[in-house]
Amino acid sequence: MTLFGYKLPALSSLLLWAMVWELVGQLQLTFFVPPFSEVMTTLVSLLPTPAFLQALSVTAAAFGTGVFFAIVIGIPVGILMGKSRILDELLLPWVNIFLSAPLTALVPVLMVLFGFGARTVIITTSLFAIWIIILNARAGVRQINRSLVEMARSFGASPLDAFFKVYFWAALPEILGGVRIGVIRAVKGVIIGQLLISIVGFGALFELYSSKFLMAEFWAVLIVLFGLAFALSEFLAYLEGKVSYYASSRG
Amino acid sequence: MSQIKPDARHVTSATDSAVSVRNVSKVYGDVQALKDLTLDFPRGELTSLLGPSGCGKTTLLKIIAGLLPATSGEVLINGKAVSGPGPDRSFVFQDFALMPWASVIRNVAFGLELRGVAKSEREAVAEKYIAAVGLAGFEQKFPHQLSGGMRQRVGLARALSVNAEVLLLDEPFSAVDEQTRRKFQEDMLELVQKEKKTFIFVTHSIEEAVYVSDQIAILLPRPSRVSEIIRPSSFRDKGVDNIRRDPEYLDIVDGIWASLRSYVE
Repeated sequence: MTLFGYKLPALSSLLLWAMVWELVGQLQLTFFVPPFSEVMTTLVSLLPTPAFLQALSVTAAAFGTGVFFAIVIGIPVGILMGKSRILDELLLPWVNIFLSAPLTALVPVLMVLFGFGARTVIITTSLFAIWIIILNARAGVRQINRSLVEMARSFGASPLDAFFKVYFWAALPEILGGVRIGVIRAVKGVIIGQLLISIVGFGALFELYSSKFLMAEFWAVLIVLFGLAFALSEFLAYLEGKVSYYASSRG
Repeated sequence: MSQIKPDARHVTSATDSAVSVRNVSKVYGDVQALKDLTLDFPRGELTSLLGPSGCGKTTLLKIIAGLLPATSGEVLINGKAVSGPGPDRSFVFQDFALMPWASVIRNVAFGLELRGVAKSEREAVAEKYIAAVGLAGFEQKFPHQLSGGMRQRVGLARALSVNAEVLLLDEPFSAVDEQTRRKFQEDMLELVQKEKKTFIFVTHSIEEAVYVSDQIAILLPRPSRVSEIIRPSSFRDKGVDNIRRDPEYLDIVDGIWASLRSYVE
């Protein structure tokens, strides 16, 4: 965006929205929206507290583990579905159902099955992320140029070699696209899991702040989470951009 | 001009043939792609499969490569029937089939990589063939940084580096521009002489087939069959610059066009 001939840095429009927020807060229209400056001061003082750091580390651990399983299971399953007709017909309906299903409704069932702890949060995170990762890996494999597959065969690639040296790389742009969307969904998964269980991580913090009407703290944590999710997504988009050069030149 | 009629095509004895196709048929659903096709490919020579689109020439090439199974009949390489792809054959693809994530040298060495050849050793071989196809200095480039003609040179170097006896080329120059194509054809002649390999070359260009081939098999569709085998005799040794105005060259090109003309829609 340019303004009066100056090129504005990315995200500078956020400044404007921060000003609107500050204004609404200063007018004291509702206790629900404290001024932006107050939220930021709270944020700075909140960051080093043990409660926040503990919530962050618990959440990061659950998130990381959940995403790890979603990727490690999702990519091979997607690639296999793309290569095997039978597997595809067996699994595709389920993948599509779970992709569009309101998974939040499943969390109480998971709590019964796996308890009120990290395990349920991890599984929720994986469940949020895995389906789109599977679908994208499958789509990536299905669009692999047929002659690239024939090339691998004619030069004597074993199925394992073909998988790791050709199919995976040929599908990488789509796979990374799936991982990026999956990771964004995983952020929702980890927070929703914690909120519903409400005694671990940020779920516990949100529960505490909202029940005691500590709105500045509530918004501060929310901003941190939004920022982390956004940074994560941008980082993955950057990685995706690194391989997109060959997405267009595949052929 | 020496033309061998189909019923006289077994004149070349079996020991001279690197590849023999015996009574091969291929059926896709209810479409007969190839019908009872028999053809010999003399060792160390370049044979073109020429014909109108839909005559099954690429199908035949892929059956020889082992990429497609024949419905009936068999393909013999040095007298042994093939059941799949093998190290005795290598393939050059119409659309190059390079790995876009890999450098030129890794692409060229890929066949050897799959065979478990050590990195330094396979890269030495790859470097040699990259230079042989005129791409020295481009080893670390990626396919998207090369022109179409250069990409096909990479495909050619990859096929050469596995040192297969038989090179199968599926319309290798159809995706490159006319001038690059001409240069390629000249290089092909040199390559056939130097490499002492058996080349099987699919093309739909009459001029190209006559220019590069020791033997031209004309395939006709509906049902697909070998209609004629032509062996140009006199112009091969006259040098690359003189072939295109040699009377025999021109006669063969005209003759082929006369027999193919009625099959072109």
